[in-house]
Amino acid sequence: MILKKTIALLSLTFLVVSAVVLSSAYKVGDTITDFKLKNTDDKLVSLSDFKDSKGYIIVFTCNHCPYAKAYEDRIIDLQKKYGKTYPVIAINPNDPVKYPDDSFENMKKRAKEKNFPFVYLHDESQSVAQLFGATKTPHVYLVQKEGVKNVIRYIGAIDNNYQDAKAATEFYVADAIAALEAGKDISIKETKAIGCSIKWKE
Amino acid sequence: MKSFVLSILFIGLMTLEGDVEVVKWPTLEQYIHQKNDKIKVINFWATWCKPCMEELPHFEKVHKHYKDQNVEVLLVSLDQASMKDKVKASLKKNDITAKVILLDEVDFNQWINQVDSTWSGSIPATLIVSKHNTSKQFYEKTFTHSQLEQLVHSLNP
Repeated sequence: MILKKTIALLSLTFLVVSAVVLSSAYKVGDTITDFKLKNTDDKLVSLSDFKDSKGYIIVFTCNHCPYAKAYEDRIIDLQKKYGKTYPVIAINPNDPVKYPDDSFENMKKRAKEKNFPFVYLHDESQSVAQLFGATKTPHVYLVQKEGVKNVIRYIGAIDNNYQDAKAATEFYVADAIAALEAGKDISIKETKAIGCSIKWKE
Repeated sequence: MKSFVLSILFIGLMTLEGDVEVVKWPTLEQYIHQKNDKIKVINFWATWCKPCMEELPHFEKVHKHYKDQNVEVLLVSLDQASMKDKVKASLKKNDITAKVILLDEVDFNQWINQVDSTWSGSIPATLIVSKHNTSKQFYEKTFTHSQLEQLVHSLNP
């Protein structure tokens, strides 16, 4: 009985500890640390490689998730529209053991099939996703360069209709970039959306 | 004849059990806030979500174990409304008899925070509402059967 209670207590402690770990994530206004991850062309990519950009659209995404797939074309459109000033940095953090679809080889395949105009990086150690506190795919972080700092300006979804891009009425990322360009305050700095939980390595 | 009638009755019950009501957020919101003597265990899942499918049997076990002890399990599918048949088929395949609804809302930002302000939006996620709605606990994680069992047990000693 005592053992049972101890186990119960331990499990509850575990739950509380996991919640604390999650809350240490980047928030709007935080300065992010640069990273170096492998692109589908086998070259290493860092944020500092994009010397002429004004910022970045960092998207945690993957191959297998239906929501990520639903937003794939919209991510391509973001790159086509903003690639010169706010390039899309797509990052797949999923554990390929749990989701073979999300392996580096399959990322290469997907990038080729869809002719991704953006970099699609493999967060093999999952350290970047952990640093950001990303929890799901797709999960967008809009980052603005401020001198030598990279500051998060928006976190959340691309728009407000995952099923049908044409039926969306709020375009959070596009509106946030428009506000930054106009030197105005971003009206919606954070949104929530359902996504596939990132599969962490055990 | 008797067995014929019985089998019709049985099929009728099966259909009721396997049915999935498609609802909008206000219906679910009302359910969450309802004050009664039941503990509500509300799990958000989808057929495409592998960890969700893996933990559904745990919720079913808790449903079976506690259904006569004032614990109500509600499984909220976040599949597209057009996928209702797929949802039904997967419930049947997994022998799920707990109540299932399909939340047909695409504008997530309008309701996720109202479930719980700490929910980032990943699933599986589970909301547990105490009797008479005096407190809520929210978990954005997967449960093992023993974790879930212990949690429900601690609320319903």
